[in-house]
Amino acid sequence: MPDIFALIEHRQGVIRDISYELLACARSLAEKKGVNASAVLLGHNTEKMVDSLKNQIPRIIVVDNKLFENFNVDTYQPVLTEIIKKEQPFITLLGHTAFGMDLGPALGTQLALPFTTDCLDIKIEDNKVRVIRQMFDGKLNAQVLLEDNPSYLLTLRSGTFPATPAQLNAEVQVIESPITKEPELRRFLEYIEAAAGEVDITKADIIVAVGRGIKEPANIPLIEEFVRSIGGVVACSRPIVDAGWLPKERQVGSSGKTVKPKLYIALGISGASQHIAGMKNSACIVAVNKDPNAPIFNEAHYGIVDDLFKVIPALKNKIMELKG
Amino acid sequence: MEIVVCIKRVPQTAEAEVKVDPSGRDIVKDRLTFDINEADSYALEQAILLKEKYGGSVTAISLGPAEAEDTLRIALAKGADNALRIKEEDFTPLDGYKTALILYNIIKDLKYNVILTGCIATDDGYSQVGPIIAELLGIPHATLVTELEIKDEKAEVVRELEGGLLERLEINLPALFAVQTGINEPRYASLLAIRRAAKKEIKTLGGADIQGEVKSLSVLEKLYVPPVERRAEILSGSMDEISEKLVQIIKEKGLL
Ligand SMILES: Cc1cc2nc3c(=O)[nH]c(=O)nc-3n(C[C@H](O)[C@H](O)[C@H](O)COP(=O)(O)OP(=O)(O)OC[C@H]3O[C@@H](n4cnc5c(N)ncnc54)[C@H](O)[C@@H]3O)c2cc1C
Ligand SMILES: Nc1ncnc2c1ncn2[C@@H]1O[C@H](COP(=O)(O)O)[C@@H](O)[C@H]1O
Repeated sequence: MPDIFALIEHRQGVIRDISYELLACARSLAEKKGVNASAVLLGHNTEKMVDSLKNQIPRIIVVDNKLFENFNVDTYQPVLTEIIKKEQPFITLLGHTAFGMDLGPALGTQLALPFTTDCLDIKIEDNKVRVIRQMFDGKLNAQVLLEDNPSYLLTLRSGTFPATPAQLNAEVQVIESPITKEPELRRFLEYIEAAAGEVDITKADIIVAVGRGIKEPANIPLIEEFVRSIGGVVACSRPIVDAGWLPKERQVGSSGKTVKPKLYIALGISGASQHIAGMKNSACIVAVNKDPNAPIFNEAHYGIVDDLFKVIPALKNKIMELKG
Repeated sequence: MEIVVCIKRVPQTAEAEVKVDPSGRDIVKDRLTFDINEADSYALEQAILLKEKYGGSVTAISLGPAEAEDTLRIALAKGADNALRIKEEDFTPLDGYKTALILYNIIKDLKYNVILTGCIATDDGYSQVGPIIAELLGIPHATLVTELEIKDEKAEVVRELEGGLLERLEINLPALFAVQTGINEPRYASLLAIRRAAKKEIKTLGGADIQGEVKSLSVLEKLYVPPVERRAEILSGSMDEISEKLVQIIKEKGLL
């Protein structure tokens, strides 16, 4: 019976949240299709990880070897190729993460499987697999039909499939690593932790974040002044850091910081999924954007559709009035 | 050092109104502006920086419509030595896999030590074309690259993981790197250079230049505006009224 496979992602000895999302998705697809769901775990010293996965899934395939302590596409890919060839799962699920982006397309190509990336939803009807994914800066959804095949590979967007709990007791199947040598062409050297920086934006109650709508660095003092009136910190989207207008420690999002302030004001930020990932749990989100269709308005609690350079001075005046 | 860089011309949709066309499978393009894909402008810059440091040449490739030649001309003006357009019109419809397969078919006959792509195209958002090309060529790759140093026949690469964490890798050349935004500071092309580039040749290749079958793995069935689960309450009125409302909301939350 073909299974639904979920590839476990871990880093520095810890299972990453996406793994639980993949497991929940695998269980739900398996149930709909009337097949089994399995986790595939490549790692080193995996006992603890296996323990924390055991109640999540009926079967765990474990390959334990020093080679898999850190993710490396050149060690993961040959092993997964063997396992998938042998087991012929109906669908293999990976996270659309730094790990899955490196591995998924290469693995799908090597195995000659129909695959696609960054899926938000999966529909199975009569063995046909359709996925929903986003295009054009998240402004449109696309329904995509994958070519008919007995086996597929998909990467799923983080934070999209809820990690619902389960009460199972997995059968653990340990297999020998088919590879034993360090890969010759690509070697993992080390992790580099983010520098702490001057300000820890994760501690602030109020965050005012600027995006590309700020236009030029000369406009940042205007925002800093506004932030002083309201009492908070300035943060930003990625392009502001890429351009060198604010330091990396101010970046909110999947490749920056995750924040949860009481108030998050997004100024001229479109609301790309990678930005949303870092701020969606803020207690109150206010978005100012001149584009009424900006995806940020689907996350914000309150929105102002206007030019931020008009809104900010008006808002600042009101706050000054109130403070007297 | 021989460098190949893949650049895509994409519609600039972040601030524009994006409408689905009557076919239901594409967008209305006539009122959109187009430019080089954001990550690709960093990939192009990295290619030129490598050439400036180690010598050799840069070949920029784009699979696109005739207008993609404008994007290639800018690449020539910035410092690419050769430009090559693959006629998209010979191959549509395309998915990520087919795109990669076509690019692979052209690149495999070129000389390369380093192949650069962007880590994502903002129109289709796949993040897959780079690693597929690498897999087809049988060379190692790294995606989300934020630093790239070449030492002899090896590259030392920094990849961006989540939450600000990075990893350092060593990769033997030839290799493909899918670069992340922010890796460098893309230069502007001078007017003089743009004028000079106008006279340079852009080679075009089409269906006849590709041996073997190139097929898609997927079909885009329809595009639609995402259903909204939670829409912001939009504050309306004069700017004075709007800011008054917002200040009251913030005050009620005890934040002022
Ligand atoms: C692997 C990966 C990781 C990433 N990680 C992150 C991350 O951690 N954080 C992050 O932010 N991004 C991240 N990104 C980038 C992300 O995809 C988007 O490109 C980015 O978030 C867009 O930033 P923006 O909203 O500021 O710019 P844009 O998308 O260009 O949006 C600018 C917005 O400003 C509005 N605007 C313009 N002028 C005005 C004005 N005068 N008044 C009001 N509104 C105005 C426009 O309507 C538009 O909506 C990542 C991308 C990848 C591929
Ligand atoms: N049509 C194309 N022509 C040239 N390069 C492309 C094309 N499509 C994708 N690429 C390259 O592949 C990268 C990733 O694209 P994608 O996988 O579509 O997100 C882009 O940043 C480009 O460098």
